[in-house]
Amino acid sequence: MTGSNTREAFRATDGSSGQEDSPRQLTTVRGASDSVFRVAAHGGGVVVLLSMTLVGLFLAVRGAEAIAAAGPSFLTEQDWEPNSGRFGIAAVLFGTVVIALIAIFVALPLAVGTATYISEYAPLGLRPLLVGIVDLMAAIPSVVYGLWGMFWLEGAILPVAQWISTYFGWIPVFNVPNFNPGDPLATPTVFTASAFLAGLVVAMMVAPVAASIMREVFAQAPIGEREGALALGSTKWGMIRSVVYPFGLGGMIGGAMLGLGRALGETIAVYLVISPVFVIQPNILQTGSNSISSLIALRYGEASPFELSALMAAGLVLFLITMLVNFGAGIIIQRSRSGAAS
Amino acid sequence: MTITDTPRPQRRAQRPGRITRTSVPGRDGRSSHPTRPETRRNLARIRRDDVLRVVGAAAAAVAGTAWLFAQVFPFEGPLTFVVIAYLLFVGFFVVLISFDDNRVTVTDRVAAVVMHSLAAVLILALAVVVVFTLGRGSEAFLNWNFWVQDLSLAGPLDPMTVGGMAHAAIGTLIMISISLAISIPLGLLCAVFLAEFPSPFARLVRTVVEAMTALPSIVCGLFIYATYILLFGFDKSGFAASLAITIMVLPIIIRSADVVLRLVPSTLKEASLALGTSQWRTIWHVVLPTSKSGLMTAIILGTARGIGETAPVLLTAGYTTYYNLNPFTGPMVSLPFATFTLVKSPEPSQIARGFGAAAVLMVLVFVLFLVARIIGGKGAGVLSPGGQARARAASLRDAERFAHRDPVITGPNDSPAPSPPALNDRKGTL
Repeated sequence: MTGSNTREAFRATDGSSGQEDSPRQLTTVRGASDSVFRVAAHGGGVVVLLSMTLVGLFLAVRGAEAIAAAGPSFLTEQDWEPNSGRFGIAAVLFGTVVIALIAIFVALPLAVGTATYISEYAPLGLRPLLVGIVDLMAAIPSVVYGLWGMFWLEGAILPVAQWISTYFGWIPVFNVPNFNPGDPLATPTVFTASAFLAGLVVAMMVAPVAASIMREVFAQAPIGEREGALALGSTKWGMIRSVVYPFGLGGMIGGAMLGLGRALGETIAVYLVISPVFVIQPNILQTGSNSISSLIALRYGEASPFELSALMAAGLVLFLITMLVNFGAGIIIQRSRSGAAS
Repeated sequence: MTITDTPRPQRRAQRPGRITRTSVPGRDGRSSHPTRPETRRNLARIRRDDVLRVVGAAAAAVAGTAWLFAQVFPFEGPLTFVVIAYLLFVGFFVVLISFDDNRVTVTDRVAAVVMHSLAAVLILALAVVVVFTLGRGSEAFLNWNFWVQDLSLAGPLDPMTVGGMAHAAIGTLIMISISLAISIPLGLLCAVFLAEFPSPFARLVRTVVEAMTALPSIVCGLFIYATYILLFGFDKSGFAASLAITIMVLPIIIRSADVVLRLVPSTLKEASLALGTSQWRTIWHVVLPTSKSGLMTAIILGTARGIGETAPVLLTAGYTTYYNLNPFTGPMVSLPFATFTLVKSPEPSQIARGFGAAAVLMVLVFVLFLVARIIGGKGAGVLSPGGQARARAASLRDAERFAHRDPVITGPNDSPAPSPPALNDRKGTL
């Protein structure tokens, strides 16, 4: 027996003198297959991380060239003439945000109503079918919505736009300068291909996405609280307003923001219905609007290398906005009471 | 030892005239199992009064609107009619209820009507989108040549009986196949990495992947266009489009697969590890089979997104009217891209062909979606009836095998236990 061993034995019996018991260090011996698998899995993670970072970095570097060349006027200039050095995203960014806001403004009531109907009012036997239909709507390709907007909605919406402009034209947003309601021969073509139309088409794409998130959240509202509200004499609507909506508030906001993220990035449906203009167009009913993604689709073909950088800068701005919105939505959903479980 | 004389007060249950019966939940077989989730009562009851009020208000609204349109306001268009009729309907409805009920009830009924109608609007709009596309497209896709020919011989003025969309359908299939061949293995591997090897690095990867789900699809296309086509000097091709679709689909697949994998109960994993299995075997034989349906759903929904997206293909594939089976050389067209190109033409026959392609695309997405719902939509470890029967049969076989096994290892002279066949059996059941 060596000296150190006896000292350890002494310490172990005499608990008061200094050294506490420490947890054993567990060493894991991995087999060959496990080691290979670990390396492969980490490799998969690294490959994905590298490729994704590459895309982001490439966009950032190429975009930064154009932004550096344009300076601060990149945010204020409305024209898009990169080859003559006069370009900025003021008009397209404004158009993108306006279209997305119209879409959310229309889609939010539809989504809340549909989600509430499915989770609270629909007959039990019908619910799975309705859930399927709403999820299916979210999967319909955007070009189909674009066709619908271009060939069906445009004709159907003209009288509505005209009516809004005639009776609510005193609100600046709904005013259409070239349209005189008093003139019986006034042509309704000033209402075609407007931001309003694009917003409606995008709303149709956004509503199912938001509705399916909201429905999931509403369905999680605790039965005990629902029945408590009903037992206190509340009507069904009272129960929904005082239990379901407060419980699902985080999901409602998060769902709407995820929908907004989708609306911001939508390309084809918007491209098909709008006629592009490069001015800030605050009159949403009037012909002409623009969005960043349709600007890219419109201009990439004949772009010089510098113009391509400019398009990437625009794409980068769009990407950053969408990312902010999506992360915000994720955080709101997670922090909320209903999202804590998921 | 002291004995108290005073008798203890009689328990309530022992008093004469009371029925004493203690019921234990679950013992008598009638009451529900305590661990079974609560089921919701259905509160949706319909009364005759409600129906009559709705019908009355609707009739009054339609009649009133018709009168307004004919006599008072110079409105036009069916949409305006519907909007005004709806507003009148809500007004009449409120008036009808307020004859009998108080304000609280009026609010409740009106809220119910509004919710019903919002849902109806959304679903009606979906029906219009689908029926309109199928209807306009039927002119093209009801001809057999639409399914087997390409557009190379069909000019803009040719009738519907010439030319078809087979080249676009084949292009779509080739592009999505290449894209899935890259994104499924890589996506699943990365999702397994995120779910099974938690570390700060994994958190970083997860954050980056979540950020990339926000990448607009057109920017994916722009990236491939700027690198693969302009920087490296390759031609526009199906492969370039596949790469763009991969960049778009990969984060979507990883994210939803990660969520599904994290739902696998850790008790299952720990049970497997406690049996001495390696981590690799645990993932292959426990984690992946348990989450199979969810993973399939993630993949199929990613596929549906990838098939339907036009923007990445628009920038990278090029347009052609010919068959092209080689993804590496020459332009290749996909169904959404063909739709997009054709409907911009002023010629009605080209537009009809575009609608036909859109209809085919939509049906393709519907089929994928149906498959996803049939396979998926179940939680981790929830089996289909067939799967349950198989699992029962497997455990029955195991039970028989155990029963027939020789009594084992009593002394060193006994023959060794027949373990190799047992191992084989187990492999089959896992």
